[in-house]
Amino acid sequence: MTRYALTRLALLVVGLFVASVLIFLTLRVLPGDVAQLIAGTNSTPAQVAAIRDELNLGAPLPVQYADWIGGVLRGDFGTSLITGSPVLGELAQKAQVTIPLGLMAMTVALVIAVPLGVLSAMLRGRVGGTAINVSSQAVAAVPVVWAGMMLVVVFAVWLGWLPAQGFPRAGWNQPGYALRALLLPAITIGVVEGAMLLRFVRSATLQAIGQDFVRTAAAKGLTRTQALIRHGLPNMALSVITVLGLQVAGIIVGAVVIEQLFSLPGIGRMLVADVGNRDLIKVQGELLVLTGFVLVVGFVVDLFHRVIDPRQREAA
Amino acid sequence: MSRGAWLRRLWRLSTGRFGIIVVIVIAATAAVSLFWTPFDPQHVDIASRWRGPGWPHVLGTDGSGRDILSLIMSGARTTVFVAIGSAVIAGVFGIALASLGALTARWVRESIAVFVDILIAFPVLLIALMISAIFGRSLWVVIWAVGIGFSVNIARVARPELRRVLHSDFVLAARASGLTPAQNLYRHLLPNIAPVFIVQLSWGMAVAVLAEAGLSYLGVGASVTEPSWGLLLAELQQFLTVHPLSVLWPGLAITFTVLGLNLLGDALREATDPTLSRHEEHEPVVVA
Repeated sequence: MTRYALTRLALLVVGLFVASVLIFLTLRVLPGDVAQLIAGTNSTPAQVAAIRDELNLGAPLPVQYADWIGGVLRGDFGTSLITGSPVLGELAQKAQVTIPLGLMAMTVALVIAVPLGVLSAMLRGRVGGTAINVSSQAVAAVPVVWAGMMLVVVFAVWLGWLPAQGFPRAGWNQPGYALRALLLPAITIGVVEGAMLLRFVRSATLQAIGQDFVRTAAAKGLTRTQALIRHGLPNMALSVITVLGLQVAGIIVGAVVIEQLFSLPGIGRMLVADVGNRDLIKVQGELLVLTGFVLVVGFVVDLFHRVIDPRQREAA
Repeated sequence: MSRGAWLRRLWRLSTGRFGIIVVIVIAATAAVSLFWTPFDPQHVDIASRWRGPGWPHVLGTDGSGRDILSLIMSGARTTVFVAIGSAVIAGVFGIALASLGALTARWVRESIAVFVDILIAFPVLLIALMISAIFGRSLWVVIWAVGIGFSVNIARVARPELRRVLHSDFVLAARASGLTPAQNLYRHLLPNIAPVFIVQLSWGMAVAVLAEAGLSYLGVGASVTEPSWGLLLAELQQFLTVHPLSVLWPGLAITFTVLGLNLLGDALREATDPTLSRHEEHEPVVVA
């Protein structure tokens, strides 16, 4: 186990390194003067020089990279070229919206996917099972932004239950308002991600139903549902956790789009704005944090998988 | 299996039939829109703004009186363009990565496998935002982002397939009879991974359609003069509370196309896999 954990940790470090190099190089790939590009056509030579200085563009690429990544390791992601405030501080502030949004979306996805996925597997071949299966396929094909618009029309415009846009200025000092503001966005992401997750739960349940130990338990007098819950569920949990790890990426992508639709002051909306403003220092910091997060979640999921699956432990 | 046989198998599956019909409808709409739409999609007519569905504006008009059906028809062109462009790039890079990852020296192979595993963690949308930070707003940003992002998925699936075929008897025989590695790749290896490859391309195109809509909505994809379903959504969103029905149509067009391509991929996988009996099911696949 320790050996596996160390190997996997090494892979994570390599992953973070490669990701940081790719992000860095992509944002430096443009031929010509990056500083001029960022400053725009109406800039004075002094502004261009200031940006060149901030980005350390005079130095060779490996030195520039080392400067940046050295700062990141000390917790210094640089300062925004536009606002002049530290990138890390802005990230931490916007995370107060994006992290709760992501957690709520994941909860919604699970609440939809697990019961309906199991049900659709148990009703396989019957009308109910097919209906769940077909609708999950259809919902998984819906663009998340459009799903959001439809939910706004129903729950904000027609029923008037939830706000259509915005986040309270006082943030989490008004927990009720903040929660209400995040509810519709979280449901939007959760429904679309949940529809995808549902298909995995269904597939895992079908596999569990076919297992010998579930059949034996049923033969010993348990009902099919009891057998499935007692013996099938732990096995299903394994594959669901794996997929949930993969879906973190989907939720981040969903948050980028949905924060825009609902005007939420989160990391996603900040990233889109910074891309438009060509605030490269901020963009590279934001991308590193987001991809780093996906890589770390993958690492945790893999370790967790090892810990709870005795078969894998013995194999190692 | 002959070519006709697997097309027949594909058509026999209801999902396959649906997928084929969707692809034909979208491609035909895009083609027709090149020389005919009910109205000029960019024609502004303030007198007839915000018409509901009816005649002559079948799906109604938007806030500047543009015909929504015409906008959706010409938007299909952008969708087809982005889907094909992304598929070409994903295909070329994916096969190249898979070939390098399967056929080269051991250390190269394994580094590529690690590299592919890392790149898979990059969501397509983040790649697109990264490229856009440098190159600005363009459909090519979407095409390259999806192309590169999805090529890794193709490589991940095609690499083990290539390894498997590489060690089969007929490839060994071909090598013994004097075929060069390049000839071997072209004549024996690639044709044998074609089914897996085509399935991936179909799913990749679905990702491309979703990505184009999302990125154009965010203002990273299509420019304001280009017809795009995602851009149309962004424009109609401003009047969502007053004219909620209008956003229905572009959203349905996107969903219909993505569903068709997803189901086509599923059906292709079923039709080209002879080991699968009629009552078995494949595991679903995560496509981010």
